[in-house]
Amino acid sequence: MDLDYTPEELAFRDEVRAFVQANLPHELSRKVIEHKRLTKDDYLVWQKALYRQGWAAPHWPKEAGGCGWNAVQCHILEEESAQAGAPRVVAFGLYMVGPVIHTFGSPWQKQHYLPRILSSEDWWCQGYSEPGSGSDLASLKTRAVRDGDHYIVNGQKTWTTLAQYADMMFCLVRTSTEGKKQEGISFLLIDMRSPGVEVRPIITLDGEHEVNEVWLTDVKVPVENLVGEEGRGWTYAKFLLSNERTGIAGVSRSKRELAYLKAIAAKEMLGGRPLIENPRFRDKITRVEIDLMALEITVLRVLAADRQGKPLGPEASILKIKGTEIQQALTELMMEAVGPYALPHLPAQWSDHWLGERVGPEYAAPLAAQYFNYRKVSIYGGSNEIQRNIIAQQVLGL
Amino acid sequence: MDFEFTEEQTLLQEAVGKFLEKNYTFEQRREIVGSRVGYSPTVWEGMAGLGLLGVPVPQDDGGFGGGGVETMIVMEALGRHLSVEPYLATVVMAASCIATVGTPDQKSYLLPRIIDGSLRLACAFGEPGARYDLNHVETTARQDGGFWVIDGAKSVVTHGAVADLLIVSARTSGAPGDRDGISLFFVNPGEDGVGGREYPTYDGMRAAEVTFENVQISSDSIIGMADKGLPVLELTVDRAIAALCAEAVGIMTALNAATLDYLKTRQQFGVPIGRFQALQHRMVDMLMHTEQARSMALLAAVKVDDDNVTERRRAVSAAKELVGRAGRFVGQQAIQLHGGMGMTDELIVGHYVKRLAAIDTTFGDADHHLDRFVAAETTPAEPILAKPRSKWKQI
Repeated sequence: MDLDYTPEELAFRDEVRAFVQANLPHELSRKVIEHKRLTKDDYLVWQKALYRQGWAAPHWPKEAGGCGWNAVQCHILEEESAQAGAPRVVAFGLYMVGPVIHTFGSPWQKQHYLPRILSSEDWWCQGYSEPGSGSDLASLKTRAVRDGDHYIVNGQKTWTTLAQYADMMFCLVRTSTEGKKQEGISFLLIDMRSPGVEVRPIITLDGEHEVNEVWLTDVKVPVENLVGEEGRGWTYAKFLLSNERTGIAGVSRSKRELAYLKAIAAKEMLGGRPLIENPRFRDKITRVEIDLMALEITVLRVLAADRQGKPLGPEASILKIKGTEIQQALTELMMEAVGPYALPHLPAQWSDHWLGERVGPEYAAPLAAQYFNYRKVSIYGGSNEIQRNIIAQQVLGL
Repeated sequence: MDFEFTEEQTLLQEAVGKFLEKNYTFEQRREIVGSRVGYSPTVWEGMAGLGLLGVPVPQDDGGFGGGGVETMIVMEALGRHLSVEPYLATVVMAASCIATVGTPDQKSYLLPRIIDGSLRLACAFGEPGARYDLNHVETTARQDGGFWVIDGAKSVVTHGAVADLLIVSARTSGAPGDRDGISLFFVNPGEDGVGGREYPTYDGMRAAEVTFENVQISSDSIIGMADKGLPVLELTVDRAIAALCAEAVGIMTALNAATLDYLKTRQQFGVPIGRFQALQHRMVDMLMHTEQARSMALLAAVKVDDDNVTERRRAVSAAKELVGRAGRFVGQQAIQLHGGMGMTDELIVGHYVKRLAAIDTTFGDADHHLDRFVAAETTPAEPILAKPRSKWKQI
């Protein structure tokens, strides 16, 4: 029993840390840490730095252009990046569709798409949810009809994150209405520049444009963009979700956010004393801190099992639920910490370039929006209620 | 990073598991709880035979040479079987304490007798006005000729009445609440002036209120250095807390298994009640609390042996806080999901829940450890001092 990294892992961590220090621009990490609005370029700067180092896809096998690292090494990169304030790597290409193409794609798809995913040349988005298909994803209705060398796609996708930047979309479509609803689903790669693709912004309660509706009207998709076999899309979609591992807990980011929360609570004053000394507020922070300590060990337990090739136990299933609960608690406490100065709604102040007169402390400006934005984390990627259903059925056998 | 048990640890786990399955069924436990002494001398002897009573004692002193992890393994099993044996007090606390700061004479006399099962100890650290503060010590010890003289009262001393020897914290200088001036003593409960009142606690154990009135004990009854007892007292209690966290994890695991079984078998509205989503999600939450608690019990087991006192305090208190919260949730929901059956004395469920509740209020509840966690960085970390070797004494 040893909770520390091995000497080799420590040496590896030092190498990663040195790389992050040398390649993460200070301006960028400051924006991330202070919750400033990130541009498309901000994400790309970091992803391209990782690419130049050969670390864009740490978890992919070497023959696919990845590093072939084990779970612990991937965790170390994630941890070092998050602690230093690197923007998160946009998951759709590198973490979601990439492994699907590598595992199930045609030689042409691998040759064409994988290098472009690695270099972040293509920005991908995820065409899963539909207005009538949220948690019951398999009920999706977007129709793809074979017409010679093409599929003709009609339907509507929704909650499509950052589709406004996307070059490509991986999309679940219905190619058959026969048999079980899961069996008629196929996995298509759609060029967002195709005629008939229309992206309409959805403004969320924080006032931001992060998600979109994607309307598909008679969109022609070449047959070579079908991944694997027709009607097997549900299998690939499930494979994609099973690749979600320990990163989903977001422990490293939450550790950084906890430190930021403490820094804010040390600056804010209550009755002439720093807010962090107020027992009522301090206890709330501390309970989250302890939950996070436990989750970190839980993540390490999962990593250790993974490294030994053991099947993941019940501890793996709780990562998403517990991780998002902690993330939400942290954003909630940050907003609470700044008191009335959470109220001013001045989105211009969330940008890094705001030179006008500020209202309230600089750190306070984005915190309410952040709180409202983070309500999403217990909904996306399988709502926490769906996660509980999964654990009840697959772990507990209920 | 390695969460595997060594071969030796796995053997230990199997041995203690097998032994308890045979000798500590719920029915056997019921008889033990109702017996005159409130523990089982036969089981105790059996545990000695397996070497369990020497688990945390160094091999040089005749023990197993285990640390926090070995203790965790044993305690988790004891938790699953709801043991009422004086293992925590005698082995986890007293034996480790003696091994840490005892004189060669104390070690060579006491440790073999603890290991072979002939000597049981209890730790009298709590006081009526102290709540959970270890340094709130009003009991006094003063030197008088060649003796120490103890006066005061100790509260809720678990297994106090069956102990052959007590370890007592007493103030040798300073005022109640001072960190300095606390010393630890062996007191034979048969000494003149020692009074006691034994009573059952709601978790099936026994405890005692113990009083000391002008109790004379010999000068070599002191453990460690005079006035410098707090660090060893704190370490001893931290070891106990880490062990209690493991015990609680054993209980929660067993409680979840019992509840899950009930959800799958109990029929209402023509289906097993585990079909109902409200109950499924509750069960999942119980599982999550338990796995988080397990992670913290592991952390505490590893860090309790850490020389860095701040790290140790943070880990142990964080573990106790989280285990306290988790235990309350799991316990309450286990009763709720068992419905009326969960309310009965007949089922083991209520007994598990009561022990979980007792663990929370032993050596500091969740709130106490939230405070201690926050204060960990700023609380002084005094060194642990053993009694000076005799050649120094002569100088």
